[in-house]
Amino acid sequence: MKIVVCIKQVPDTTEIKIDPVAGTLIRTGVPSIMNPDDKGGLEFALQLKDNYNAQVTVITMGPPQADAVLREAFAMGVDRAILLTDRVFAGADTLATSNALAAALKNIDYDIIITGRQAIDGDTAQVGPQIAEHLGLPQISYVTDLKFDGEKNFTVKKETEDGYQLLSVDAPCLFTVLASANKARYMSVAGIIDAFDKEVEVWSADTFPVDKSKLGLNGSPTRVKKSFTKGTKAAGQMYEVDSEQAVEIIINKLKEKFII
Amino acid sequence: MDFSINKKEELFLQMIRSFAENEVKPLAAEIDDQECFPIETVEKMKKIGLFGIPIPKEYGGQGGTNQMYSMAVEELSRVCATTGVIVSAHTSLGMSPILENGTEEQKQYYLPKMASGEWLGAFGLTEPNAGTDAAMQQTTAVLDGDEWVLNGNKIFITNAGYAHVYVVFAMTDKSLGTKGISAFIVEKDTPGFTFGKKELKMGIRGSATRELIFENCRIPKANLLGKEGKGFAIAMKTLDGGRIGIASQALGIAQGALDETIKYTKERKQFGRALAAFQNTQFQIANLETRVQAARLLVRSASYKKDSGLPYSADAAMCKLFAAETAMEVTTKAVQFHGGYGYTREYPVERMMRDAKITEIYEGTSEVQRMVIAGKLFK
Amino acid sequence: MDKLASKNVFVFIEQRNGEIQSVALELLGKAHELAQKLNQKVVAMFPGYQISDKCQTLIAYGADEVICMDCPQLKDYLTEQYAQAVYQVINKFNPAIVLMGASTIGRDLGPRLSARLATGLTADCTSLEISEDGHLMMTRPAFGGNLMATIMCTEHRPQMSTVRPGVMQKASKDDSRKGEIINFTPQFDESKFKVKLLETIKNEKTKIDITEAKILVSGGRGVGNEEGFRKLEHLAQVLHAQVSSSRSMVDAGVMEHDKQVGQTGKTVRPDVYFACGISGAIQHLAGMEESEFIIAINKDKFAPIFQVADMGIVGDVHKIIPLLTERLTKEMSNK
Repeated sequence: MKIVVCIKQVPDTTEIKIDPVAGTLIRTGVPSIMNPDDKGGLEFALQLKDNYNAQVTVITMGPPQADAVLREAFAMGVDRAILLTDRVFAGADTLATSNALAAALKNIDYDIIITGRQAIDGDTAQVGPQIAEHLGLPQISYVTDLKFDGEKNFTVKKETEDGYQLLSVDAPCLFTVLASANKARYMSVAGIIDAFDKEVEVWSADTFPVDKSKLGLNGSPTRVKKSFTKGTKAAGQMYEVDSEQAVEIIINKLKEKFII
Repeated sequence: MDFSINKKEELFLQMIRSFAENEVKPLAAEIDDQECFPIETVEKMKKIGLFGIPIPKEYGGQGGTNQMYSMAVEELSRVCATTGVIVSAHTSLGMSPILENGTEEQKQYYLPKMASGEWLGAFGLTEPNAGTDAAMQQTTAVLDGDEWVLNGNKIFITNAGYAHVYVVFAMTDKSLGTKGISAFIVEKDTPGFTFGKKELKMGIRGSATRELIFENCRIPKANLLGKEGKGFAIAMKTLDGGRIGIASQALGIAQGALDETIKYTKERKQFGRALAAFQNTQFQIANLETRVQAARLLVRSASYKKDSGLPYSADAAMCKLFAAETAMEVTTKAVQFHGGYGYTREYPVERMMRDAKITEIYEGTSEVQRMVIAGKLFK
Repeated sequence: MDKLASKNVFVFIEQRNGEIQSVALELLGKAHELAQKLNQKVVAMFPGYQISDKCQTLIAYGADEVICMDCPQLKDYLTEQYAQAVYQVINKFNPAIVLMGASTIGRDLGPRLSARLATGLTADCTSLEISEDGHLMMTRPAFGGNLMATIMCTEHRPQMSTVRPGVMQKASKDDSRKGEIINFTPQFDESKFKVKLLETIKNEKTKIDITEAKILVSGGRGVGNEEGFRKLEHLAQVLHAQVSSSRSMVDAGVMEHDKQVGQTGKTVRPDVYFACGISGAIQHLAGMEESEFIIAINKDKFAPIFQVADMGIVGDVHKIIPLLTERLTKEMSNK
């Protein structure tokens, strides 16, 4: 079986802070990481590799520095890594991103494609289903568990608001996976040592056939018209007192508000 | 010498820090409190290959550098010194003497299983009457037909009981003094080889420290490690490497205590402001940070020399001496900064201070390190 | 699709087991507002099975027209079945705007449709407005809520948007409203139905919806583990409150995802929100800062949570919460 996992390098948004004076994002020193949902998807692929000898390819679209997440993927155990990098891809919204990835994926052998549910920098959850549509694949999103029958069928657990669904699908298909679905493995020491001796294939928009008018900013139907940081409301009263006093203060406030 | 972190090391640090933070740190207080060997952590470390970092791939190792191995011990010890010493004793004391002195057959037989972590390693040199004066070995080995017969006791052996492979030193010819000491490989479950009681220790309480007892323990002739009579040289060379491991452990403890102190002094308020806002706090912590960085550079330098095949005996002694004393100073100050809380088990610095002390003692006391360093200067 | 000919504000009506989801009614309320500005109509796209009797409800909440797709293939939500049905409606009626709930259904169907229609989709919007030249201005959080971005899709139609549940206000129900019900039978290509639904399981525990709670006792990294959360449970019991969580504790497996407040969790607006040991990463604030009264308890005086809190207590949750529980228990029994 051949699996392609789409991964993204993202800023660790939990580390982003707002400059309280300027009201702008402080991005310096924010580490870049493999998007957590993508890592959950990669773990499923690697489990299929462990149990069924699947061949795992990772693909990412991004600037040349995105090489780092592909090395991380090598160190976790993937067989092949592809970096889509080209100025033509820049400024893409989700549709243009999915156009580029889908066009590239047409040049790779796969039985299943796995993506993360969503990336923590955009939280859109769109690129996976859009790729599935471009490639004419059935999709199952919000995946928290996968059971493979060893032939071609998957029984899939999909998270919903109030529980889950069990769904059945045959390969070829596309899954979007949640980070909480599994505990992604650590990179292995040997994997790290070899990761930099392996080749990351670098593809530009000229490497594979693609309609360039559908890529990047020009191929994006949506445009960001403006961006701004939310004004934070004024901070309330602070108390630095011992626990007994703190409890007293809270109780008085709850009484005042007729909560108790 | 270039100690900047390369991309490989950067990725390695990213992995090991995340592993230490998520898998090792949550258990640190418990294994100290219960004095239990962290078997689950050992299993997890096996999976990612932490037991064979500097061992070449042809012997089943990860093919990494001593620098990476040192970083691993540092990062593990930063959150749990017990976990750090399990890896250090196994790698530096268990595997290294076999890698450096073993026959091809011995290396092919032992190293793959050790590097995978399936067989942990340990090192038996210290005896009740042969500590710093290691030449006073009482354990004997006598060749009887195709077997060596071992008799005697080894004490304070790290990983004892959990390890499968023991590098043990014994007198094969008492008349020759240190030149009469030979090294042997003894496997667990060999008849005549048993373990004494577990030591109850001040620190690194999760690590297994026990006595090795040999009573007419017969091992194959082929288990002689290196040449007969070369045991003392093997022991000293092994300890040179081991000292980098312990220095890394000490460095990790110091860094861990410093991390905790910085965090605490930001949180803790006295006289209406955070401790961190007092200049005295800032200056003292600046001093500690400087010492920790200096220790790190000494450790990196010694690892670099070992990786480059340069002589590193004195470097190993210096980094171990300095890092151990740094660990003691930083952890003691860390407890002081934490005040009454620091003396309780609510905060990890109390454990760190107890853990730090051993780094001034084992694999050569600080006094032995000074002897090694001075020996180089005055020879 | 033809931009100039496109018109009307379409709302995808999400139902589960025939029950119209609250977010669909919220969207009708918003759609009504947008349609008035455009001087156009609100059209509800209503797929399902044996649902025809519910069309009037949609009109009562603001729909001018209901396109009812009542067929057995649409009984349960499945991506391809729904995509085919809704695509055909959009193709036929050429809407200017399509709104969907940012639920697990809307976020599955929306992008599939946007790719099929080759148009833009803006996810998880928190605000929708009409620009002076008649385009939809969609505002959404990005970078984990650190940044708000206003996005437009000026050249492609329809302009598609998913909207987070709980963000828009339902219009008040008006049973006297009149509207048109159009029955639409999609032509299905069943050869493309590859995914089979085997079973739907409701989580017993998740019957409690934290978005409905009047008081939430929410825990973060400072609460630490299950044991810490038990302390919060005790307090919640006394206050008849619910326990919720920050993302870190969900990622750590301590709490379930449906208890998560924040950017990738739920948006809540309780009367009182206790933030216990929550540092207040911006994505958490995004989900709770609209709460009526926020009480934050945290060891770190500089924790960002204090910037949104109405009352900030610098202290240890592990000490304060049990003490508060004990005191409240006494207070309550004295009554």
